[in-house]
Amino acid sequence: MVNHMTIFRRRGPKHYTFAPLILIIPNVLLFALFFVWPAAIGLVYSFTNYTGFGHPSFIGLANYIQLFHSPAFTDALLRTLLFAALVVPLTVVLSLLLATLLVSKYAKGKTIPRIVFFMPWLISPIVNGLLWRWLFGQDFGYVNYIIQQLGGHAVAWQDNGDLALLVLVLAESWAGTAFSMLLFIAALKNIPRVYYEAAAIDGATYWMRFRKVTLPLIRTTTFIVVLLASIGCMQEYPLILAFNNGGPITANNLMVQYIYDTGFDYGKFGYGSAVSFVLLLILMVLAFIQIAINRRREVRV
Amino acid sequence: MTTESTLPSQVADLPHGDLRAEMGIKKQLPARRVIFVESSKYLSATTLLWFMAALYGFPVLWFVLSSFKPSGDLFSYPVSFLPQHFTVHGYIEAWHSFNVGLYLENTLIVASCATLMTLAASACTGYALAKYDNWWVKGFFICILASTMLSTQTILLPTFLVIRDVHLYNNLLGIIIPNVMSATGCFLFRQFFKNVPDDLIEAARMDGANELRIFLRVMAPLARPAFVTLAIFSFVWRWNDFIWPLLVLSNPRWFTLQIGIENLVNTTAEGAGINWSVLLGASIIEIIPLVLIYLAFQRYVMSTDVMAGIKF
Repeated sequence: MVNHMTIFRRRGPKHYTFAPLILIIPNVLLFALFFVWPAAIGLVYSFTNYTGFGHPSFIGLANYIQLFHSPAFTDALLRTLLFAALVVPLTVVLSLLLATLLVSKYAKGKTIPRIVFFMPWLISPIVNGLLWRWLFGQDFGYVNYIIQQLGGHAVAWQDNGDLALLVLVLAESWAGTAFSMLLFIAALKNIPRVYYEAAAIDGATYWMRFRKVTLPLIRTTTFIVVLLASIGCMQEYPLILAFNNGGPITANNLMVQYIYDTGFDYGKFGYGSAVSFVLLLILMVLAFIQIAINRRREVRV
Repeated sequence: MTTESTLPSQVADLPHGDLRAEMGIKKQLPARRVIFVESSKYLSATTLLWFMAALYGFPVLWFVLSSFKPSGDLFSYPVSFLPQHFTVHGYIEAWHSFNVGLYLENTLIVASCATLMTLAASACTGYALAKYDNWWVKGFFICILASTMLSTQTILLPTFLVIRDVHLYNNLLGIIIPNVMSATGCFLFRQFFKNVPDDLIEAARMDGANELRIFLRVMAPLARPAFVTLAIFSFVWRWNDFIWPLLVLSNPRWFTLQIGIENLVNTTAEGAGINWSVLLGASIIEIIPLVLIYLAFQRYVMSTDVMAGIKF
């Protein structure tokens, strides 16, 4: 009897099938219907010339070959990677700075700054795009007005693709800071004070303590922030749509916009699906690289 | 909500002032000097904090101030920072000519329905992930993890085909139902229930309660904070969602605010053709409900325990 009980206890919840099944079934169905099914038909269509209607015919790897020879695809891909490469470090630095200030005992009057820093999280990507479009308007924006007051010339924030990207980078980082900042605040609060006291006794300066104590101890959080921010950047669309529709012309068409346009403007569902899978592959590679770097550093420390 | 400080306590704070000198680490500063160093730290940290707040607040402030200017003043030089002729005309015009009321109603329906369903589905899944170790439950956990990467933006073309084939096109249900599954929601509840001791379940089992009853009567009521937090997050996500409404809606009768505003921008001619007066008013109307929710539930949103849970 005792033996039976121990086995029962050890195997424990494995005896239950009905309850967990009922509990997860709604999400399993939704996952199957809105993730697995589109992914599956997308993969199939990526080998066809499907236009959204009629019968697709199988064309093998033609879509994939075509996309790597397409300058529009390469431009969109490189532009997206550049966008992510600029936004991610800026977001990490800004959110860590704000988090440090908000937990610092030296900074006074935190209530209003906390609300202000969090505000961008409430603003949708569409309105965010408009906000920066309004601020950086070429003929009417406040930034250009200030520049002109200071004796400069109006800057072509809309007509110059690189400057437009710069504003988009600012907008994306501004909006992404809040959430990352919360993650960093949680991590900073979890660091035991003892470490800092020990470092202080050793005569470490503030900057040294930050580098040798804080940064290593919040590394897992930094990793998550980097991962989430880079995935977010690679899939940005509404912000760009509202700012200037990926312009000038197609200069700042990022991946998701490229996929959307090939599908809905040109009816190339097969080709667009192929692009989706390339993007998916890139996202997976990015995630694996970051996980590998995180693991290796964990071993080293 | 006061912030507990975890930043380095200064050498001067240490209980034994002589210790530093004994250990020969730092020259002992005269008391007045210590006070000076301390107060300069307060000054620089506080200045930086408020400088950053001004920087972060400025885009929104400028947007809000502009929305109270008459449309004639929006583009007039010299630009005045504060509205010279205060007016709410943009808001009134947005409400009457731009159907903000209808879009607001649609958005409200979508966000509330999706949130309620997300809460139920996430709590159930999160509980199963935390408390049952069947292999297929674990397998589904991996699937949810994968879904964070396989987002709808990435596969939007085939997703559109699925929406069309299940007849959810131009139907608010087409935005509500696909949004019910939330990876973050499942992780949040999983994390929460993992911290609830199994003894509680064992005790209920001893009393002969069946599994689903244990979940509904014992465990779910415990998870109130998780419900509130996810409710706020979910509501904000659905309110601000753009991709699903973009895929599902083409009939203005069902437009949500995001699609409505985007339509106002991109259907007009490039550049100056945009009616900024209406656009500013509509955008501010779009933001206000979320700001109110945030201010009311700030405590739950900024709770750091929850953030720990969101990290998978």
